[in-house]
Amino acid sequence: MVSITQSKDHPVNGAPRSRMARILDSDLFYSFRRSPVAVVSAVITLAYFLTAGLAPWLAPYDPFNAASLDLMDAFTAPAWTAEGDSRFLLGTDDQGRDILSTLIYGGRISLIVGFAAVAFSIILGVGVGILAGYVSGWVETVIMRIADVQLTIPAILIALMVDGVARSALPLEMREDMAIYVLIFSIGISDWPRYARVTRGATLVERNKEYIQAARIIGIHPVTIMLRHVLPNVMGPVLVLGTIGLALAVITEATLSFLGVGVPPTTPSLGTLIRIGNNFLFSGEWWITLFPAVALVVLVLAVNLLGDWLRDALNPKLR
Amino acid sequence: MSELATEPLLKVSGLARYFDVSRPWLARMIERLPRQTLKAVDGIDFEIAKGETFSLVGESGCGKSTVARLVVSLYAATKGTILFDGVDLSKLHTRTDIAPVRRRMQMIFQDPYASLNPRWRVADIVAEPLRAFGLEADDAARRKRVDELLRQVGLSPADADKYPHEFSGGQRQRISIARALSSNPEFLVCDEPTSALDVSVQSQILNLMKDLQKRLGLTYLFISHNLAVVYHVSDRIGVMYLGRLCEVADAHDLFAKPQHPYTRLLLDTIPDLEMTGRERVPVAGEVPNPINPPTGCAFHPRCPFAEDRCRQEAPVLRQTESGLAACHAVEEGRIPATEAVTPPQLP
Repeated sequence: MVSITQSKDHPVNGAPRSRMARILDSDLFYSFRRSPVAVVSAVITLAYFLTAGLAPWLAPYDPFNAASLDLMDAFTAPAWTAEGDSRFLLGTDDQGRDILSTLIYGGRISLIVGFAAVAFSIILGVGVGILAGYVSGWVETVIMRIADVQLTIPAILIALMVDGVARSALPLEMREDMAIYVLIFSIGISDWPRYARVTRGATLVERNKEYIQAARIIGIHPVTIMLRHVLPNVMGPVLVLGTIGLALAVITEATLSFLGVGVPPTTPSLGTLIRIGNNFLFSGEWWITLFPAVALVVLVLAVNLLGDWLRDALNPKLR
Repeated sequence: MSELATEPLLKVSGLARYFDVSRPWLARMIERLPRQTLKAVDGIDFEIAKGETFSLVGESGCGKSTVARLVVSLYAATKGTILFDGVDLSKLHTRTDIAPVRRRMQMIFQDPYASLNPRWRVADIVAEPLRAFGLEADDAARRKRVDELLRQVGLSPADADKYPHEFSGGQRQRISIARALSSNPEFLVCDEPTSALDVSVQSQILNLMKDLQKRLGLTYLFISHNLAVVYHVSDRIGVMYLGRLCEVADAHDLFAKPQHPYTRLLLDTIPDLEMTGRERVPVAGEVPNPINPPTGCAFHPRCPFAEDRCRQEAPVLRQTESGLAACHAVEEGRIPATEAVTPPQLP
């Protein structure tokens, strides 16, 4: 346990930048060390990221290289079963792709899409949220009513709609290449209202504080005040929301891919793999869908628990 | 110090600020409510000479902080003019026009925990006006100026690299003062600078401010509800009640010969050691709602000398033996002279 927590010092604590950062981090780190759930989740999340980053070196095969595939290997069961083949630890899918390798590469796509989508919706949501909170008046009304309307529709429907429209707007030959960007855009656009609402609330609190008035008295430009004064003070809750949002974005990506509108089947993500395996579930090839599903559940659970812990740890009322 | 000796640095005339506090449009239509305005400041005039400290005192909600915010143009005036060194602030529109006036005018705030950005280092906080007005050539020059400012307010240059949460309330107020002084202003608006501090720290900050005034020739507009503090720092005092000035006089005269019944009532409430155990006249009533102020003199529901004229006609500031007072009873000589009040002492 001790060695685990010490090795976890780095990702949470980061490089010591300043006295304040160190004090803040040490409080956070103390709460982190005392929460076994947080430690385990962090280790798992880190393992996913390392695996995704080192995919070309870790995966036994390159599943995206169609030339290396042999259809004769299709539907091989996991290695420990009677019909298993020692070359494929977790078996193969309908095209003879090694499930383990596809998992590693697919996890990478899921994480990239999840991260990029969350980053996109944070930038969009925080941007308009600060604007709405700081400027107020009709600007605020317009922005927040749009957000309210969007919140009444499930995010997955928004993502589906945006995805569908963007796809059909693209020329046919670009669809495969642009699929991942379309996916990121549609997931990102479906989730911005949550960040906008939290940011607006925090901005309303900060706006009336006297340090903002001090800046206004010396004639600092409103945009500069929003970026340099308000933004650093509202990012705390947004980042917490972002960790939970990451899990949601990965699920949304998997759902879209499962429905067949996500990444193309030649470069499958976890969601695509589950969809492919689903077709063969009733004919007894359970391993094609089970392993990607377990990988997805564990990733989402770990990231979600980490976000939960961060939310509690940063909430002064719960200390 | 007389206000007639020199041209005033700040001249405020007929200044008013109304806030629209109506319910939203839809609610108004459904419940057939009229629009409502709150007259936070309703026509006040005063002048502040160079090097002088002018204080505004009054109960909570009398509009004294609104005056402070109007003077530094955080709010736009509904009516009236503010002349700073002969320049009408409402006539300046572009940012480049306003900048020179802003550099000469700064503000110190009430809450030292909210007036410093918690994510900024002290050096950046103090240097913010320097950057905004482009006063120092480069980072090294700015840093030198920050060190000098911190020393001036009794902190150490080593404090520049710390964050605000590492300081006590009194120290934070010193940082606030250093920031306000960084652009070499002539005029400081101090909005209750000591009311959030411990009593023991209050006098340190007040003495620092007096000391800086002497050394740098500053002019203060000082807002407070604490009469002891006001007596300690002021040359002249204006007493505010419900958005209007009811008495203006030199600090000494105001305490020695209070004219307006409201001023007398305020002075009677000052605790002092000799009065211990003696019967006191409690302050009758509360400040009326400024959305729906009383007719005539706003003070008449609480005034022991109120007559019919007070209920109908709003009094204006008139010369009295010690200063200016807005009271029909004082004008008509209906009020018996009171014995001088012992000036309050800072604890």
